[in-house]
Amino acid sequence: MKVLVAIKRVVDYNVKVRVKADNSGVDLANVKMAMNPFCEIAVEEAVRLKEKGVASEIVVVSVGQTSAQEQLRTALALGADRAILVEAADELSSLAVAKALKAVVDKEQPQLVILGKQAIDSDNNQTGQMLAALTGYAQGTFASKVEVAGDKLNVTREIDGGLQTVALNLPAIVTTDLRLNEPRYASLPNIMKAKKKPLETVTPDALGVSLASTNKTLKVEAPAARSAGIKVKSVAELVEKLKNEAKVI
Amino acid sequence: MSILVVAEHDNRTLAGPTLHTLAAARQIGADIVVLVAGLDAAGVAFAVAQCTGVTKVLLADDAAYAHQLPENVAPLVANLGRDFSHVLAPATSNGKNLLPRVAALLDVDQISEIISVESADTFKRPIYAGNAIATVQSSAAVKVITVRSTGFEAVPAEGGRAPIEALGGATDAGLSAFVGEELAKSNRPELTAAKIVVSGGRGMGNGDNFSHLYSLADKLGAAVGASRAAVDAGFVPNDMQVGQTGKIVAPQLYIAVGISGAIQHLAGMKDSKVIVAINKDEEAPIFQVADYGLVGDLFEIVPKLTSTL
Repeated sequence: MKVLVAIKRVVDYNVKVRVKADNSGVDLANVKMAMNPFCEIAVEEAVRLKEKGVASEIVVVSVGQTSAQEQLRTALALGADRAILVEAADELSSLAVAKALKAVVDKEQPQLVILGKQAIDSDNNQTGQMLAALTGYAQGTFASKVEVAGDKLNVTREIDGGLQTVALNLPAIVTTDLRLNEPRYASLPNIMKAKKKPLETVTPDALGVSLASTNKTLKVEAPAARSAGIKVKSVAELVEKLKNEAKVI
Repeated sequence: MSILVVAEHDNRTLAGPTLHTLAAARQIGADIVVLVAGLDAAGVAFAVAQCTGVTKVLLADDAAYAHQLPENVAPLVANLGRDFSHVLAPATSNGKNLLPRVAALLDVDQISEIISVESADTFKRPIYAGNAIATVQSSAAVKVITVRSTGFEAVPAEGGRAPIEALGGATDAGLSAFVGEELAKSNRPELTAAKIVVSGGRGMGNGDNFSHLYSLADKLGAAVGASRAAVDAGFVPNDMQVGQTGKIVAPQLYIAVGISGAIQHLAGMKDSKVIVAINKDEEAPIFQVADYGLVGDLFEIVPKLTSTL
């Protein structure tokens, strides 16, 4: 089967972001960028499906600025066969991205689309579910295990109380949770080979998609700062403080 | 302003986060209709009808909704939602699974995990693992929103007397089927609702050592959480994880034991009223947010703390 994987370029997960002084957003100038960790897991899962002989081709797609080509090349180095960049401005809403992905799905006709469960910048956790709605496919969100069983897909999902397994008709949409797999590193020879793999660039216009959003960010602020408290010397002092000063026990 | 709230439940009991979502709804408007979609869930509908502020309860009782598969429930919510100004659900794993599908069916953007209501169309929500707070305005005809429980005080589960109306005409989309579930069993309070949370990290060393935390938690009537490191190392099941990718908690007291305090973990607990850190590494970032820090060996400190209480 053909597998489509959507990836996003985001600020590296170790970076402590700073809010801009004019409250217009987060300062991303000269900040290290990387593939969203959940998207790495999505790529890894697709590559594993190919290694098992389940997936025949892996197409990786990103919707965003030209610079997202870097992350697409990373995905190619990890084992994807070809890449598509839908070139658009940054700060797209999840619905806009889902619409762009829907157009790519219509064109590519994959049997399975894998996305991360959320991007660590916007923390929306929406795109996979929205793509499932737009395509009319079943969704297996927050997946910690994915198994192809004939014409069905068994997905074990992480839910609040534990785990849940659902059987989905194919084609289907899956979003990854952190425990689905441990992504591999790209080796240098694979990084070199990835440079020769095809990377196609399309515009939203060519796909016939409007990226307009019904949401507008009015301002972005730093959260209320939490200052360091005190260090206590002993368990007895801690208990005393919790009882008499903080009054929480 | 008429608001549709999707209730969270397991067909038997109404889940706590629904009460927090009702609180958010009450800040938006007064006409609050709650949808209970499930199977044999009349008891849940009855419980919802008692909650303060509820105007009407819609009960969609059908096998198609038994496990709240989004392929079946989302079309129901979207069809009902067209007549409302807002559609709200708790930001639980169910709510997060369902609502974006509803929003896309309505062709509107969703706003995830709001922590405050500024006005009927403007909301605050954390981004970048809680390191920034965005104020977002929605111009959508139907505003589709998930609500972070820790941002709102629960409404009383009593004092209301709303009528219950049964909905018919359910259809199974036939796209997905429930196979089974494995729920973690625990007598301790539910993590996201607990007043006190005791959490362990990589410093616990192994799963057996979590018994120290269970003893402490039982003494305090607390829930037990974990950092991702502890979950990934297999010490405890993943539904105990607190953080950006796990659960968000804001208890009165959060005791972090053997947890360094990575950005992703802080995202899940830094709104706790009082934070206590027990760690042998004096430089651990957790001490930068802890109200009370104790530097030392957790294997000495925790048992001593348990016996002192």
